[in-house]
Amino acid sequence: MFLLLPFDSLIVNLLGISLTVLFTLLLVFIIVPAIFGVSFGIRKLYMKTLLKIFAWATLRMERGAKEKNHQLYKPYTNGIIAKDPTSLEEEIKEIRRSGSSKALDNTPEFELSDIFYFCRKGMETIMDDEVTKRFSAEELESWNLLSRTNYNFQYISLRLTVLWGLGVLIRYCFLLPLRIALAFTGISLLVVGTTVVGYLPNGRFKEFLSKHVHLMCYRICVRALTAIITYHDRKNRPRNGGICVANHTSPIDVIILASDGYYAMVGQVHGGLMGVIQRAMVKACPHVWFERSEVKDRHLVAKRLTEHVQDKSKLPILIFPEGTCINNTSVMMFKKGSFEIGATVYPVAIKYDPQFGDAFWNSSKYGMVTYLLRMMTSWAIVCSVWYLPPMTREKDEDAVQFANRVKSAIARQGGLVDLLWDGGLKREKVKDTFKEEQQKLYSKMIVGNHEDRSRS
Amino acid sequence: MGSRASTLLRDEELEEIKKETGFSHSQITRLYSRFTSLDKGENGTLSREDFQRIPELAINPLGDRIINAFFPEGEDQVNFRGFMRTLAHFRPIEDNEKSKDVNGPEPLNRRSNKLHFAFRLYDLDKDDKISRDELLQVLEKVDVEQKMSIRFLH
Repeated sequence: MFLLLPFDSLIVNLLGISLTVLFTLLLVFIIVPAIFGVSFGIRKLYMKTLLKIFAWATLRMERGAKEKNHQLYKPYTNGIIAKDPTSLEEEIKEIRRSGSSKALDNTPEFELSDIFYFCRKGMETIMDDEVTKRFSAEELESWNLLSRTNYNFQYISLRLTVLWGLGVLIRYCFLLPLRIALAFTGISLLVVGTTVVGYLPNGRFKEFLSKHVHLMCYRICVRALTAIITYHDRKNRPRNGGICVANHTSPIDVIILASDGYYAMVGQVHGGLMGVIQRAMVKACPHVWFERSEVKDRHLVAKRLTEHVQDKSKLPILIFPEGTCINNTSVMMFKKGSFEIGATVYPVAIKYDPQFGDAFWNSSKYGMVTYLLRMMTSWAIVCSVWYLPPMTREKDEDAVQFANRVKSAIARQGGLVDLLWDGGLKREKVKDTFKEEQQKLYSKMIVGNHEDRSRS
Repeated sequence: MGSRASTLLRDEELEEIKKETGFSHSQITRLYSRFTSLDKGENGTLSREDFQRIPELAINPLGDRIINAFFPEGEDQVNFRGFMRTLAHFRPIEDNEKSKDVNGPEPLNRRSNKLHFAFRLYDLDKDDKISRDELLQVLEKVDVEQKMSIRFLH
């Protein structure tokens, strides 16, 4: 036991020295630039290197597949089947036309062959539908050396496995602890900083400090995720008294937007760590937090948001009208609540590049902690943010139409599919009213309008 | 490692399905990926609820009947073989198949099988209540091959 002592102290010393070195490096290369908003360009270089490695990996896998005379499984973004975008009426008319020998008169009646349309449509949706695939992570074209995105195990050679192993080592033993340390620093600085600022008397100095404390901490969090963000059209950034609206893919969206602008957050009051952060943040500047019971009362929500928006000294609100996380291949229905308030809407489109790490939070599959761990063990989070020009509701437009207009603009800019389906379908069943609409359309064909009937 | 398409489907099974249904290797792989994504319980079979979770199918007026077509008499679960067997009815008829004489088992996507499928959608209590001759007479003139086929990409 006595022999171990000097050896022990040597190890302790080494540990101490390496930790100090690590922490100094952390401070110099990451935290200080974060505070001042400067970048060394290390992350861009990292990205380029990774892309080259991924391309090489895919080539090896294709070679492996060719040796076995198979085709590599590649997800086609167009889908499995070719669908014709014709309407119910056109299709059924065509079916009847080809089967009927009598002259084409528009007498509405029932034909047994009408069933073909519904049958085929139903089968098509079983093979490939527009909605269910939005609630799971997007499939990648080429492999990015993460086991979670691999579909072609049997084609991995020894070299690839070694490379993958190396990747695991780097991600879990080097990047993960680094990122956790940064995240911890960022969050604690946020809580401490905002609480301190909260003690100051209200005034311009307090606002200035609060803005910068928030910004600094979000920037540190951005580096904690190794997020490489490209902002476009920054001149359109949201201003006070407006509402910022964006498509929702993950909780990280908030960090990404808030590290480039000043926002007031809207959300439900949580318990635990989130609750602590929320309570600290609201001391420094007014955010809008709702109790669980208040969320259901739409009038109350609208009232509080309107009050906030009308006060020009308060920061623009950040809202995600989809209400749930979608996998970033499409934009789903926007809830009309935020579009009824009458404030200027600043749309923002966020598009992630899933090649380096998929940011989508599949909340039915992973809890928050698992999700964050997956984020921190990916290569990086790469995304583009477009600030679109502000929009206001026009006189002859109602809230739903306005919401759809904003949604289309966001979808167009981000290259996403514009869907009318409700994101709530992730967990709930579709309402019967939609089925009745289909039945109404068909029955119009069989029964005809009142005018037709009176004529015949 | 995660469970995904080409890993859990064994080569022998793939070949058998290929022979039975006539789908190509890549089509079977992609439909298997679709099957696993619908299978929320991850037990290798689909139940009626798994189908009803597809919103576009739920709003189809014949949705329930189409779902029933997948499940053989009295069963509540359908495995991948059964899934593919039903989907095979909708494979387009290729020209070289039309002239083939029927030595082996009748291909599932033959005109008569397509008609049979549509017929079963009307025959709810499965007791041939609709007069078959009448039905076939009406449907004979319709372009069954094209209207009851789905175009596959690759």
